Amino acid sequence: MASYSTNEFKGGLKIMLDNDPCSIIENEFVKPGKGQAFSRVKIRNLKTGRVIERTFKSSESVEAADVVEIEMQFLYHDGEFWHFMVPDTFEQYSAGETALGDAKIWLKDQDVCTVTLWNDQPLSVTPPNFVELTITETDPGLKGDTSGGGGKPATLETGAVVRVPLFVQIGELIKVDTRKGEYVGRSKE
Amino acid sequence: MLGDQRNNSELFWEPSCSLEVLQLRAQVYASIRAFFKSRCVLEVETPLLSQASGTEPTIQFFETHDQSGLKQHRLFLQTSPEFAMKRLLAASSGSIFQLAKAFRKGEVGRFHNPEFTLLEWYRIGFDLDALMDETADLLVILLPSLANQKARKLPYKTLFKDAVGVDPLSASVTDFSAAADRFELPDAKSICGQDRSTWLDFLFSCVVQPVLVNTPLVMVYDYPACQASLARLKRDDKTVCERFEVFVKGIELGNGFFELSDPVEQSRRFNREIAHRQHGGLPAAVKDQRLIAALEKGLPHCSGIAIGMDRLLMLRAGVDDISEVLSFGFGRA
Repeated sequence: MASYSTNEFKGGLKIMLDNDPCSIIENEFVKPGKGQAFSRVKIRNLKTGRVIERTFKSSESVEAADVVEIEMQFLYHDGEFWHFMVPDTFEQYSAGETALGDAKIWLKDQDVCTVTLWNDQPLSVTPPNFVELTITETDPGLKGDTSGGGGKPATLETGAVVRVPLFVQIGELIKVDTRKGEYVGRSKE
Repeated sequence: MLGDQRNNSELFWEPSCSLEVLQLRAQVYASIRAFFKSRCVLEVETPLLSQASGTEPTIQFFETHDQSGLKQHRLFLQTSPEFAMKRLLAASSGSIFQLAKAFRKGEVGRFHNPEFTLLEWYRIGFDLDALMDETADLLVILLPSLANQKARKLPYKTLFKDAVGVDPLSASVTDFSAAADRFELPDAKSICGQDRSTWLDFLFSCVVQPVLVNTPLVMVYDYPACQASLARLKRDDKTVCERFEVFVKGIELGNGFFELSDPVEQSRRFNREIAHRQHGGLPAAVKDQRLIAALEKGLPHCSGIAIGMDRLLMLRAGVDDISEVLSFGFGRA
């Protein structure tokens, strides 16, 4: 089994901790001049997303996690699983609801997302930073109001709800920032 | 050819620090030399490459070799100029100082570079308290942010007890372990085990030092006897030793000792550390018999301290990473 020494710890490295795959956020080498050296490490648990702080004895070795991030195209949702494909190899993967997490409210067929695989199984899915979705439901805006001040909720084709300016109407295609869940603008198309 | 050109432009050939910091370093060195000149302390230079090594199990040396005829000699880059400077003191040099490079394997981080610069000085006839005062005098000159700030002196025990809630000298390993639980440090037990000294290092690094972040300048003295290193034990209280450390805003800057001069005790500590290294599977250390011989001749009563110049420059320049005060940090060396 591959392993890393604390000397190799750096942001982005994937390790196993308490049987869960984790990603190192940052590593601080701590050493009193005359004393024992430690590594204080900030780690994200890739299963739960929780960030924790742990300490290792310097040069201790830790098991590597077989975690890779791959760009995949979202194919379809069959009611239970979300199916993805690696465009280059046509290799397909199916992910359950836990792995999808918040990503599920943004995904539309053909979107290219980042799928994190752990031991070749989808562990999490990151949607594209920006997606274009059609508004399926929203209150008609007040006539003549083009300022957008205040805004109103709008339901999108995937079921996600975002705040949009008052002048935006049902059937329009809008651009959304998935990291903040915010309306960016009307789509040009 | 094109490939070569691309590779060269991808190499970071430029300095890792700014030109302002290069100038700052030169200014700081000039101030140090002026300070010691005014106090009649002699600047000296000692070898970086030595036939003997340090013995401390927590400090790893770089090693190389020289060849004369068929014989190979192990040689070591110094982990500190301490031994050679003490031999000068035993040879009646009087008070001395040195700006020297030191080398410690594996120490890479925000505050660590494997090759770094120490300001080390020894004062004949000074006790630890006098050296703490002199250290404060110098630091106030080198770090303008400390001007008008009072240097605090605190016993290790008081500081540790206030921050951690247990007495570092009398607490049991169980008490340390309970304290680690209170501070949510789940890895402490497996790292420290039954070793008191590691427990002290761990809790000091993780709990005490962060508390010092808002303290401009503090000298922590009366270190526990198990962390004596090359300091004497205190005459009237053998549970602590004559060692102090300087912290500026929680950053460890230096380590001072009322120097051990007893050759028998020094030799015993060397042997203990050499055995400890052997037990831990670390590269064998070569005991500095010349230092023992010098102590037998007689080391005058003196106190000495080493200050990490690169960290001092980090504080002076207000930067977060040691490579920003080095012409070429370890990644570009």
